[in-house]
Amino acid sequence: MSVNPLSAPIVDIRDLHVRFSGERTVNALNGVDIALAQGEVLGLLGESGSGKSVTLKALLRLLPPRRTTITGSMHVAGQDVLSMDDEALENYRGGVVSMIFQEPMLALDPVYSIGDQIAEGVVRHKGVSWAQGRARALEMLEGVRIPSARRRLDAYPHEMSGGMLQRAMIALALSCSPKVLLADEPTTALDATVQIQILLLLRELQREMGMAVIFVTHDIGVAIEISDRVAVMYGGRIVETGKLRDVVKNPQHPYTRGLLASTIHGAKRGVRLETIPGAPPRLDRLPPGCSFAPRCGLADAACSQGEILAVPLGPQRNVRCIKLATNIAVPVGV
Amino acid sequence: MSEADVLRQEVLAPVADVGGPQQPLLAVRGLSKHFAVGGGLFGRGGVVRAVDDVNFSVDKGEVLGIVGESGCGKSTTARLIIGLIAPDKGEITLDGEPVGPALTLRELRRRVQMVFQDSYASLNPRLTIEETIAFGPKVHGIAPAVARARAHELLRKVGLDPSLFADRYPHELSGGQRQRINIARALALAPRLVILDEAVSALDKSVEAQVLNLLLDLKEELGLTYVFISHDLNVVRFISDRVIVMYLGEVVESGPVEALWTDARHPYTRALLAAMPSLDADHRTQEAPISGDPPNPIDPPSGCRFHTRCAFAEPVCSAEAPRLMPTGNERHAAACHMVDPASGHSRAPVASPEIQHAI
Ligand SMILES: Nc1ncnc2c1ncn2[C@@H]1O[C@H](COP(=O)(O)OP(=O)(O)OP(=O)(O)O)[C@@H](O)[C@H]1O
Ligand SMILES: Nc1ncnc2c1ncn2[C@@H]1O[C@H](COP(=O)(O)OP(=O)(O)OP(=O)(O)O)[C@@H](O)[C@H]1O
Ligand code: SF4
Ligand SMILES: [Mg+2]
Ligand SMILES: [Mg+2]
Repeated sequence: MSVNPLSAPIVDIRDLHVRFSGERTVNALNGVDIALAQGEVLGLLGESGSGKSVTLKALLRLLPPRRTTITGSMHVAGQDVLSMDDEALENYRGGVVSMIFQEPMLALDPVYSIGDQIAEGVVRHKGVSWAQGRARALEMLEGVRIPSARRRLDAYPHEMSGGMLQRAMIALALSCSPKVLLADEPTTALDATVQIQILLLLRELQREMGMAVIFVTHDIGVAIEISDRVAVMYGGRIVETGKLRDVVKNPQHPYTRGLLASTIHGAKRGVRLETIPGAPPRLDRLPPGCSFAPRCGLADAACSQGEILAVPLGPQRNVRCIKLATNIAVPVGV
Repeated sequence: MSEADVLRQEVLAPVADVGGPQQPLLAVRGLSKHFAVGGGLFGRGGVVRAVDDVNFSVDKGEVLGIVGESGCGKSTTARLIIGLIAPDKGEITLDGEPVGPALTLRELRRRVQMVFQDSYASLNPRLTIEETIAFGPKVHGIAPAVARARAHELLRKVGLDPSLFADRYPHELSGGQRQRINIARALALAPRLVILDEAVSALDKSVEAQVLNLLLDLKEELGLTYVFISHDLNVVRFISDRVIVMYLGEVVESGPVEALWTDARHPYTRALLAAMPSLDADHRTQEAPISGDPPNPIDPPSGCRFHTRCAFAEPVCSAEAPRLMPTGNERHAAACHMVDPASGHSRAPVASPEIQHAI
């Protein structure tokens, strides 16, 4: 893989804050930094509700503008995402960055056939003829291994199974050869045999097209199959990041350790699964300091005083925890 | 009085058991559902055999896992059981009672609930979370105040603080939060059978573990029976007592979970188990264990539907459809000619009198 960390990152997110207001306030993102090189695959792991989808949607400017306050900066391929006007956004979405959504129904229009939806995007972004757009749609559906692809071109979303919809969405997202792919749990509805085929396919396409990918997943196994680097989110912040191998084999942040310990792989039937006790933080008013402190076995008063900065542990390896030194002595699986 | 008793009393009288512990809660016989698909401008229309002559039963208090290739008919089977769509053929009985005209849809809802695969599409965007969960009980005549209290209780049970979530709308939630709302809603009517279609696949591992623990607790507390559909084999192994494996609308193998994991007989089941992602960062999967594309469900392969992708296929496999045959392990059956001594497949066992008797 030819990842050159020295070249300007294709995705550069700095100190991103996203707050939803309205009847109640949700501080969904509280200072997220992501730098992604061309051709790099970042696996994004983390607690449900920790802000993974919001991060991806912010990057596509898909959050409801009236109720959302965004601060910080986002640059993709040198363009300032936050200052794009509607026309620039139109080219940017789907053309430069495209997204595979967690819920297929959010991305697919129920009243148009799958083939027409893909063709429409290709015609719009690539300026090709309708026939060429349809041909590209067929090629993509075959690429993601949709059985009888030619016939499925004319199928409507409700006529397809959950896994087929996911594959159709992957086809849609890749049809314009984006520079950056945002994949929000793109394989959760797929059975193991198709999942591994899709992961291998994504790996291949990603290498061929030199695409950068942010891949949100709950499945450590999937993260291992696809990522170069992983970032772990909690309470709207990235609490740990590093090379895949380092994080998986040697997790440092107490939340990451808990997350890896909760994995069900090899769990015994009838035995209760290990979980992280306590509830996720309230995002309406964040506690000062580390938002994991109330659930953390290592926390003391210092953890709740003032912002916890990321501690660099090596190139591209950061952990947001001030108990790191003690932490290292604690065996994995706390 | 335990919490569960309070819930039952306040809400709805539980549906009485009829046939006793020996009678399966759910029995499905010869179930088929075919969909006509339009051919558009090109090509003629065809028929997708989404579910084709499927048989299985679920004992009271049991967890039956259903796994299988995407599009093999798992969700369609689920939708048939809860009466969302009508079968073309076959019958479904609940505790001995045939589902059909005699058992109204309304009564069926009291007995069987489902958590849908698409958590977003299955929630009404105009109802708050509290209204969503309280809706079913209200329809069944529960006083609104009681239904609301019950909704809050269920929210707490699925790990969501009612004071933060009760008055939110579905679009204000994360995917995992929405899926827990779906679980809470399914339990609101205190059903006997809950069908969980990919109910935990949107959850991160620590919440998934919490929800699985919760599902097991609720099953004990409320005497529930589950049909658990999932593509995550680790989860299925953890929660199920028995598992059925489907391929292109048919059951190809069924058995106790450990028998399936240690002694899978159908080549598709073996491929499925081999396709689980590697957990070793140094040895990623390089090749998919099944090659070939999933076949066309509109015109499925003759004989054994898996023969186009099977490494052991022989002429008999495309000529004749294998039937589900006992493997010799208790309650373990597979539909593969290699299991049937009489098939003529070169890898079939030599017929033993004992096995012939079992058939
Ligand atoms: N439009 C919105 N309005 C208000 N709150 C929102 C909105 N969208 C998301 N949230 C909240 O922001 C937080 C982060 O949500 P997000 O969807 O990013 O979570 P996630 O990490 O993707 O979780 P999951 O793994 O469950 O999908 C959640 O607490 C969610 O309830
Ligand atoms: N309303 C419908 N009209 C036409 N075809 C349909 C309809 N519903 C389902 N199908 C087809 O029936 C087959 C089985 O679909 P089903 O949703 O049951 O699969 P599944 O096993 O749940 O798959 P997945 O794991 O991908 O969710 C698929 O080929 C699907 O495209
Ligand atoms: S019946 Fe034949 S083709 Fe089908 S699984 Fe068995 S060996 Fe393979
Ligand atoms: Mg999400
Ligand atoms: Mg399904």
